[in-house]
Amino acid sequence: MKQNYWNTFSKGILKENPVLRLVLGTCPTLAITTAAVNGIGMGLAATLVLVGSNLAISLLRNVIPDRVRIPAFITIIAGFVTIVQMLVKAFLPAIDSALGIYLPLIVVNCIILARAEMFACKNPVLPSVLDGLGMGIGFTATLVAMGAIRELLGNGTLFGLPITSNLLPPMLVMILPPGGFFVFGVLVALSNRLAARQGKRPARDLSCEGCPARESCTGCDAASTPETETAPEAAPEEAKAAPEEAAREEAQGE
Amino acid sequence: MTTRLVTILLAGILTNNMVLSKFLGICPFLGVSKKLNTALSMSVAVIFVMLIATAVTWPVYALLLVPAGLEYLQTIVFILIIAALVQLVEIVLKRFLPPVYRALGIYLPLITTNCAVLGITILNFTDSLTFVESLCNALGAGLGFMLAMVLFAGVRSRLETSDVPAALQGLPITLISASLVALSFLGFAGVVG
Repeated sequence: MKQNYWNTFSKGILKENPVLRLVLGTCPTLAITTAAVNGIGMGLAATLVLVGSNLAISLLRNVIPDRVRIPAFITIIAGFVTIVQMLVKAFLPAIDSALGIYLPLIVVNCIILARAEMFACKNPVLPSVLDGLGMGIGFTATLVAMGAIRELLGNGTLFGLPITSNLLPPMLVMILPPGGFFVFGVLVALSNRLAARQGKRPARDLSCEGCPARESCTGCDAASTPETETAPEAAPEEAKAAPEEAAREEAQGE
Repeated sequence: MTTRLVTILLAGILTNNMVLSKFLGICPFLGVSKKLNTALSMSVAVIFVMLIATAVTWPVYALLLVPAGLEYLQTIVFILIIAALVQLVEIVLKRFLPPVYRALGIYLPLITTNCAVLGITILNFTDSLTFVESLCNALGAGLGFMLAMVLFAGVRSRLETSDVPAALQGLPITLISASLVALSFLGFAGVVG
């Protein structure tokens, strides 16, 4: 039993790292990792929301009707985000201005909704809280690592302390948007390589598992089915056929 | 007045591109950009929802929340408005414009949790824009999203046939190409204030 709890907690840190393995929450990952400190701020804020919402959703899992669960989850998450937003504004104004708009955007961070949908609404309270905590720590660790790499390369500092800035001119592009995509790409490649060594499959292109809309959505399927013979130029006719095509493919899949 | 609106519009499309410089809407940018036609339909749906969401959230915040001193409810109110709106738009389209629904309908549920829409409605207030400027901002951001999606769909169709090193196959090479597209957009820096 204890082993189980430990697994629930620790899987989010490496094995199912939300950012590198499940590819969730890419927007904040790319946006705020211009400095390692921002990673800590964002990570902790998201962890607080994750633990709170997992706790609340797990407690309410038998009360919320299945059909309206997504709006209910979003409302619960938005409530916790508002609490965290007010706390950060009051006690850490510097972090608040560094994170800016990405703090309220925790509401639409797929990690949180994904854990609610995949875990908290099916499991008792204690595992749900542990799951939230583990996922939050995994998210924080990844953000800090990526923030540290970008800060060191792009600014020559680490947590604000000068490291190489006196020796080498920093590569500014690393803290600009292209650097975010690049460092993230390299990190995913690295984690895929490590996973492959252990015989696991690489991270998927885009995680639909966590997408709250996946039951009603055929967009991902339509987009993720391997390229057929239709060239992009054949767009107009295909555009109309796409939904039916996707539905058919789905039916075949089952 | 007109100059200001044009500046906001162009800034949204080029210098402050939502995807490539603000990192909003990365999920659809990476997920739905494999084919040009899906990328286009998704972008049209995003522009549509963004404009409607801005048209509704602006008055609600300025005329309801601010006078009542409830600014802190912004996040929760906005996300609920967007979720309800997307549902409503879906129902209306299904009933009255079936062809449009068939083309865009499948993307609508995806948009509820798209951070671009919530992001724009919040940014309208952090940048303290007027109602007309906000609509312009939403349109510019939407068009910028469309431009990035279409360009990237083109890049990805070339990637399909290229020989990618084993370690970079799949998501990593997609991200690195996105980085190059973002780099080219840095060239617009300073073009529009």
